[in-house]
Amino acid sequence: MIDMMEQITRIAGVNPRKCMRCGKCSGACPAYDEMEYHPHQFVSMVENGRIDELMRSKGIYTCLSCFACVERCPRSVEPAKLIEAVRCAVERQQGMDRLRPEAVPGLLNPDLPQQAITSAFRKYRK
Amino acid sequence: MMKFSYFPGCTLKTRGAALDRCGRAAAEALGFALEELPEWQCCGAVYPNARDEIATRLSSVRALMAARDAGTELVTLCSACHHVIKRVNGDIRRDEDIRAKVNNYLKPEAPYAGEAEALHYLEVLRDRVGFDAVKQKVAAPLAGMKIGAYYGCLLLRPSKELAFDDPENPSVMEDLIRALGAEPVVYAMRNECCGGYVTIENPDYAKKQAQRIVDNAKALGAECLITACPLCMYNLRANTDGSLPVYYFTELLAKALGVDGEEAKQA
Ligand code: SF4
Ligand code: SF4
Repeated sequence: MIDMMEQITRIAGVNPRKCMRCGKCSGACPAYDEMEYHPHQFVSMVENGRIDELMRSKGIYTCLSCFACVERCPRSVEPAKLIEAVRCAVERQQGMDRLRPEAVPGLLNPDLPQQAITSAFRKYRK
Repeated sequence: MMKFSYFPGCTLKTRGAALDRCGRAAAEALGFALEELPEWQCCGAVYPNARDEIATRLSSVRALMAARDAGTELVTLCSACHHVIKRVNGDIRRDEDIRAKVNNYLKPEAPYAGEAEALHYLEVLRDRVGFDAVKQKVAAPLAGMKIGAYYGCLLLRPSKELAFDDPENPSVMEDLIRALGAEPVVYAMRNECCGGYVTIENPDYAKKQAQRIVDNAKALGAECLITACPLCMYNLRANTDGSLPVYYFTELLAKALGVDGEEAKQA
């Protein structure tokens, strides 16, 4: 069976070993303070197989998917894709959806665009 | 007349109706036709970062294929639709594995290999119509207005895939603002994330992000903001102190062209 680290890099389709630890991703990240493992650390933890810790981290939900890290990375490591892959690995477990349809009515307000709900489902439910 | 296939997307049919209505009215005034795809499906609003997801890419591919078959480029007004559809098109072009799986599922008569071109409406204005031509059609210049263009993330990044504008120093909306007779205000946070994706699950966090943008734009002298994204629009209005008005770029475009889009609303 392929291990978790291999699964993550396959889902992400990027190679964390290309990272040279320049920290440019973290420098650009608007969620830096909200992620206990900052983007460059996240990449290095994937590389070192520390997937369990990442799967338990709140950073997989506070990453804003803004692609600033992807834009900045000189080595095309694309940290956002590794973060998404770990979130997928969590949410693809039975019963681990972050957002359930029953919860939606309580979150709505008259001005909220459909896009907010659609995107939340895409992000928080697999 | 220039003709384009048009993908409105879920939000433009509802909360973001002004973006759509004014965009259509302005297109008519500028002499290009937006032909809504007969059977479009929601793009999903989020680009599937996971390389092994195929189902979430299909609605984009269907729209792209319909545009290819119609022999037109595919235009979107919403930043998120543009982002998703353009990147999925790139996946189909670059990633053999994704291309094979998508075609295997859809079994189209002619396999799809990324032949269609996805364009944002702003790209149509810049690259197909031209801002000089826009300027000539302005009937009611927005003289004296100081406008901050808010780009956010989805229009610009990743620039290698979107090839929309300079990701650190974009200019397409500033050029549009000038063409409309107003003054663009360049501010630092114009390409920073508003936090829109977390507005449902963590509104306090979204508020913090959005307020920083408004504060920065105000400090640099902006009197209002324009955006192409309904989620940014919501976030910049609902999750801030409301001290800066926010408009869709098409609202100001239609206003300057002297077509407020009301006719389109009734149609
Ligand atoms: S995509 Fe996530 S990790 Fe990357 S810069 Fe944005 S918030 Fe930070
Ligand atoms: S920017 Fe790229 S190379 Fe630099 S630390 Fe981040 S992931 Fe590694």
